[in-house]
Amino acid sequence: MKLLKKLQKDVRYIEGLKACINCGVCTAVCPAAQFCDYDPRIIVDTVQHGNEKEIEQLLKSDTIWYCGECLSCKTRCPRGNTPGYIIQALRSLSIETGLFMESKQGQKQLAIKRTVGEHILKYGYCVYIDEVDTEMYPEQGPVWDWLKKNRNQILEELGTSYKKEQSGTLRRISKESLDDLQRIFDETGATERFEKIEMLSAQKARELGIDFSEGKDPYFEYLYNGFQDQEEQINDID
Amino acid sequence: MEKGKNQIWQAYQKEIADDNYYFARSCIRQNFFPAAEDLFLKIIGQELSRNIYDDARQTTCTGIAYHSGLLPFETTMTIVARQFALMNEAGYENFVCSCVTSFGIYTEVLETWKHFPEKEKEIRETLKRATGMSFEIPKNLVHASDLIFKFRKEIAEKAKYRLTNRQTGKPLKVVDHIGCHYAKIFPEKGIGGAEFPYVLAGLIDEWGGAQVDYPERRHCCGFGFRQYLLKSNRGYSLSNCKKKFDSMHPYQPDLIIANCPGCTFFLDRWQYVIAEMEGKTYGQNGYGIPVLTYEELAGLILGYNPWDMGLQLHQTDVLPFLDKLGVEYNPDEKYQSKQKRELKKTKLTNVL
Repeated sequence: MKLLKKLQKDVRYIEGLKACINCGVCTAVCPAAQFCDYDPRIIVDTVQHGNEKEIEQLLKSDTIWYCGECLSCKTRCPRGNTPGYIIQALRSLSIETGLFMESKQGQKQLAIKRTVGEHILKYGYCVYIDEVDTEMYPEQGPVWDWLKKNRNQILEELGTSYKKEQSGTLRRISKESLDDLQRIFDETGATERFEKIEMLSAQKARELGIDFSEGKDPYFEYLYNGFQDQEEQINDID
Repeated sequence: MEKGKNQIWQAYQKEIADDNYYFARSCIRQNFFPAAEDLFLKIIGQELSRNIYDDARQTTCTGIAYHSGLLPFETTMTIVARQFALMNEAGYENFVCSCVTSFGIYTEVLETWKHFPEKEKEIRETLKRATGMSFEIPKNLVHASDLIFKFRKEIAEKAKYRLTNRQTGKPLKVVDHIGCHYAKIFPEKGIGGAEFPYVLAGLIDEWGGAQVDYPERRHCCGFGFRQYLLKSNRGYSLSNCKKKFDSMHPYQPDLIIANCPGCTFFLDRWQYVIAEMEGKTYGQNGYGIPVLTYEELAGLILGYNPWDMGLQLHQTDVLPFLDKLGVEYNPDEKYQSKQKRELKKTKLTNVL
C-alpha cells in the first residue's frame, strides 16, 4: 500500500489534516521550532501535497522526531489542523515501515523503549524512583541523591507505599495488573513493535561495531548520551 | 456584569462533580513529589469531606511513552479503557487524574471515540480479549487541580494563611503555569480555556495573591517527552524553561505554581541547573523562585507542616516563600527523620 494511503487510515492523520493554508502560525508558536531543525508548516505542507517520495523522505528524516508533542499548534491553527497529530501518525508509520532506522533521531527510539517502555511492564508506570539516578538525570540534583540514599526511611515517613503491594504512592503493582498490561501490549501491537525496534537496532549496532545486548548496554549509551563521543571513537579505530 | 478576561474565562466553565471520585495517580508526581498525591487525598477526603477512592489496581495511562512516539494509539486506548473498567468495578462514575498528560490522554481517547465510534467498538473488543473486562465511559472527567479550584472558597475559609507578605502586607506575586495538555488540545475542557486558563489563577485570586502576567506565560515548560527522556536531546527542555524564567524574571515573582507534575518538576530542576551552570538565579538574595504544586500550596495555607508535605524534596529551596508567607517551621527538621532515625548525608547545593 502507498504511504499516503497508510497515513490516511490513521485517525490522527484524519483529525490532524483538514486544509492547511500555509500561514505558519504553528511554526511561530512551536517550542521545537525555536530550538531544533523542525518546521511544522513545512511538514504539513509536504503531506498535504501527497507526493510519495517526499513522504518517504519525511519518514526517514530526523525532523519528525523533534516535535515535543505540546500540541500548542492545535490551539492556534486557524483552520483546525493539528500538526502534532500528523507527527504522531508519521512516527507510527516510520516505525511500521522500518524507515525510522534511517535517521539518527529515529534510532533513539530504542532508548525510549528500554526506559519508559519497559518500565510500564515492570512497574506499571512510565517512571519509577529505582530507575532514576543523577548520572542519567544530573538535573535531579543533590536533593535526589539524598532521597535515593535514604529512600526507605524518607518514603515511609512521608506515608508512601513504596514497594508495598497495597494502594498508595510508589506501591508495587500486582502481578495480575502487570499481566493485564502485557496482554494489552500483545493484543495491540506494542509487543511486536518493541521486538521490531530491538531487532533493527541489533543490526545497526552490528554495522557500527558497538556492543549490543539489553538494558543499558553500550549501544543504549550511544543513543541516550548522543552520538558524538562514540563516533569519534569509531573514527579513531578507523 | 463581568468584564475583560473574567468575561472570557466564564465562557469556558466545565462541570465538576461534587463528590465520589475515582483517583488516578501520576507517573511523575509520585516519584518527584512523593507526598503530594496523598496530601491531595487528605485535603479532598478529610478537609472537604468528599469521598475519593485510591485503587491499588490502577496503572499508568502510558501518556509519556505514547507522546514519545513509542506506543501504538490502540495500546494507549486499551489501557485507558482498563482504567475506566477499574473505576466501574469500584462503583464510581467520576474520574479524576493527578497528571495533566493523563488528562489530555483520557480526553483525547473519549473525543476519538466520539468521532470514530468504530474505534471504541474495536477497543472494547480488544480489552475484553486481553483482560475479560468491559467498561462504561465516565460521567465526569476532571483534573485534580479542577477539584482544588472548585473547592477554593472552602479551602480559603479553613486557611491559616493568606497569600500576602507578612512583612509588607502586600499580595504575594504568583506565576501560574498551566500544563499544555490541560486546555491547549481541548480548550473547552479546561476552566477558562487555553488563552486565559483560570484553574490556578482562580486559586491565586481567592487566596489573596496577585497574578503575574508575563510575555511567555503560555509557553510550554519544554518537557517534549522524548526530548527530555534522552540526555542527548534534553537541551530542548532546558532552553524552553529558560525562555520562561527570563521572561518572568523582571516581574519578580515570589512563587510559581503548576498543575502538571512534569511542568512542576522542570520549573524546579532547571532553575538548579541554570544556577549551577551559569551562576544565575531568578529569585531574590541568590535564591531561585520556589515552585509548588496546587495541593502543596493548598496544604501550606491550610497550615500543614512543610516537611510532612515533602517540600524538602524540591531542588529549588522553598524557604524564601515560607518566610514571606509567615509559615511556622523548624529549618533544622528539613533534612531530619521525624522518627529520629539516622539518615545518610549528601553534599547539598549551595547555589539555591
